[in-house]
Amino acid sequence: MRLGFHAPQTEEELSQIVLEAAESRTPLEIMGKGTKRELGHAVRAGAVVSTENMKGITLYEPTELVMVAKCGTPLTEIEAALAENDQELACEPVDIAPVMGYGPGEGTVGGLVATNISGSRRILKGAVRDHVLGVTAVNGRGEIIKSGGRVMKNVTGYDIARTLVGSWGTLAVMCEVALKVLPVQRESRTLVFFGLTDFAAVEALCLAMGTPYEVSGTVHLHAPLAARLSDADLAGNGKAVTAIRVESFPASARYRTSRLREALLAYGPELELDTDRSQTFWKDVRSLKMFQGTKHPLWRVSTVPSKAATLVGNLARKVDVHVAYDWSGGLLWIETPSLTDAAAVDIRRQLAEFGGHATLIRADAAIRKETDVFQPLEPPHDVLAAKLKHAFDPLGLFNPGRLYRGQ
Amino acid sequence: MSTVTLPDPDRAVMARRNEVVKQLKKLAPKAVVIADLEGRRTFESDALAAYRRLPLAVVLPANTEEVSAILRFCYENHVKVVPRGAGTSLCGGATPLEDSIVLCLSRMNQVLEIDAANRVARVEAGITNIAITQAAAAKGFFYAPDPSSQVACTVGGNIATNSGGAHCLKYGVTVNNLLGVRMVMVDGEIVDFGGTYLDAPNYDFLPLITGSEGQLGVVTEASVRLIAAPEGARPVLIGFDSANAAASCVAAIIASGIVPVAIEFMDRPAIHVCEHFVPAGYPLDAEAALIVEVEGSEDEIEYLLEKIEDIAQDYNPISMRRSQSDEESALIWKGRKAAFGAIGQISDYMCMDGVIPLSALPEALTGVSLICRKYRFDVANIFHAGDGNLHPLILYDANDPGQLERVELCGAEILKLCVELGGCLTGEHGVGIEKRELMYEQFTDEDIDQQVRIKEELDPAWLLNPGKVFPILGRGALKQSMDLTRLDAAPDGLPPEDTLVDEVEFDVEYIEGEERL
Repeated sequence: MRLGFHAPQTEEELSQIVLEAAESRTPLEIMGKGTKRELGHAVRAGAVVSTENMKGITLYEPTELVMVAKCGTPLTEIEAALAENDQELACEPVDIAPVMGYGPGEGTVGGLVATNISGSRRILKGAVRDHVLGVTAVNGRGEIIKSGGRVMKNVTGYDIARTLVGSWGTLAVMCEVALKVLPVQRESRTLVFFGLTDFAAVEALCLAMGTPYEVSGTVHLHAPLAARLSDADLAGNGKAVTAIRVESFPASARYRTSRLREALLAYGPELELDTDRSQTFWKDVRSLKMFQGTKHPLWRVSTVPSKAATLVGNLARKVDVHVAYDWSGGLLWIETPSLTDAAAVDIRRQLAEFGGHATLIRADAAIRKETDVFQPLEPPHDVLAAKLKHAFDPLGLFNPGRLYRGQ
Repeated sequence: MSTVTLPDPDRAVMARRNEVVKQLKKLAPKAVVIADLEGRRTFESDALAAYRRLPLAVVLPANTEEVSAILRFCYENHVKVVPRGAGTSLCGGATPLEDSIVLCLSRMNQVLEIDAANRVARVEAGITNIAITQAAAAKGFFYAPDPSSQVACTVGGNIATNSGGAHCLKYGVTVNNLLGVRMVMVDGEIVDFGGTYLDAPNYDFLPLITGSEGQLGVVTEASVRLIAAPEGARPVLIGFDSANAAASCVAAIIASGIVPVAIEFMDRPAIHVCEHFVPAGYPLDAEAALIVEVEGSEDEIEYLLEKIEDIAQDYNPISMRRSQSDEESALIWKGRKAAFGAIGQISDYMCMDGVIPLSALPEALTGVSLICRKYRFDVANIFHAGDGNLHPLILYDANDPGQLERVELCGAEILKLCVELGGCLTGEHGVGIEKRELMYEQFTDEDIDQQVRIKEELDPAWLLNPGKVFPILGRGALKQSMDLTRLDAAPDGLPPEDTLVDEVEFDVEYIEGEERL
């Protein structure tokens, strides 16, 4: 096949490219706009296939809460169309482009689905994966396959659509996705606590999640990270910031924050952000503003919330880390010094004890080359991963080595 | 006669039945092994009772290790395994085969942990759906997916079929509420997928396992999300003089930015049957009714219900009743939740499970009426309107020879219509044996091949729940069968299709004189 860069405009063109690659056994690097190209292991490929020319919203039914879009559609275009109808992607996807050195909003919807990097609202509304209703993709045999559809409930056959979410382009090349969308909640209010220890913060966040007030954001930022926030009061306080968000219609949001304030009195909420300030704060969290402007290694760790503070405490005894606790402690964004392994050994040692897994989001190429970017798989998961890969991409054409070396 | 063919059994395996039973007893000493005829008969069908096969034996293991030992033995001896929870599958998802054992998880029904801080419950797969909420309620939490059979069905079965329910409009279905499973693979290997945290490492096997109808492994434990119980919840019951008005009202509610916790739709026949069964005050003069439920504090509920009532006013409701108390709310839901049982009191019925885009609802309801009329059956429609999941209940007489085949063909035509309208064959019941041959209506060869390749990677010998999900007769088999009935040619004095009325009047005399429970 022709080496170099391919940007097909249709599924059929893509299928033809994959067939040619299969014939010549040419491995392909799969991407959208490439904003996450330096994330994950480097791919050794003979050609690049981008979905950036497969773009456009093909169906949007606001009254059915469904949108279908080609995978190369910029996320900004999706969000603008939704905003016109007061709707949004409720999983509040993390815009990872700025911490990778790209401009905000440069990613595609295909990239979002392929990486499944959900934002703060995941605790209430679910992950990116939970909002995917259907997918059309091309598998490693060059076949155009579809799974799911555009309706909310569908259990017809195996759920290949959601299985492809978070597969980093290694199983199939997604062409079009159907997404569940939800109405925007007009009022956003955030309770802010200053200077809580990690233990007290996680305790307060977990407590908030146990109330009936539909908390939609719970984050705790170490003081050096809080100092990078847009809100001058929060950035200038010099202390760790812990924040709890409620979104609803105005009267309800006010009622719920007042009840939360009572429930969390012992932790001393010191500030209540109104909608504008609340939205600015969570936009910072969503774009990982607290990790922009540095090049230090950045990890994304999923663990059990109640164990998070101990995990971080143990880690901090070995390495100087700055941590943002999202998902009431269930998701840790950890910035480490530029050590040779970006503290991979220490982080994974803690996870072996406490449970969970870690992904190296940002690091120099030299570090990424020597370090497992994704959580190393234990048997029998490595065998099962290989079987799933084989079922979709028997020749190993797509993104070889992206997730795991040798795959 | 029926339209569903089950695979021919392997006579050699059946001849080894005594040896298989002996080995099972030895390998799983704490398990209950049922080998006698009477005992096996209890398990010869699930809730799709038209299909029965006597299994080789039934095994009810006590723990994951026993499941592992049983599967390893079956793998090595080429014995097929049909996993089963409570046997409530309406699509024949747990129909046994004569050369299979039934592996029933109902004895593994313990809550292993309720972790309030992390909002997770760890349970054994044989626990009933409702028992999770009962165990979590004291700490202020509940488990969201609420299939109508939640009192009986098991969480393992819910995972096998990705079950939903009335309240899934807001909270999602099983896959959205599942954090991890412990699963025994076909060769007996015990594997944990996911965990008690929110994201799984590796490829995400959870959505693949969820809804795979027990074909990729046997789930023995699950970690599920717990959600803080709302302060309160209350429905409003709205009657309309047409299905179109009700459907338009649903769209308008959603467009307004409100996502109620449930929107249930009942047509005129369903309203009458349910009201007869549970006098809940349903609007008997309405052509369609909606139950719209919202949650929150008292003030929040009042605000939202008022807003919904305002929206409904634009669609000329003929009645509107806001629940005033917990008792009244319970009564309104009791009627809806008892619908399947209520109709069962007056007739045999086939409960279909198709999904359509909501915008196609009027067309779908007209189509369902016409199709049922063509096949000479009455039909009642009840469904989850928020997500377009239709449940036409086709009434028939199981004792009348020939009616089973006719009702199956009628149901198949309805499901085909759902696909043609942009929907799918099943929203929550699964494919099982019931809709197996219809898979080509929704999928291409390549789509199905891709699914089959996954099955073959994980279970190369097709020992786990074979004969389900995928067509075994090949492309077009059922379509051919439907053509042969030549119903379009109006047999047996049926009126020609073009003379049929748009709306079918439900034969209310059906229910007169029946004893109300």
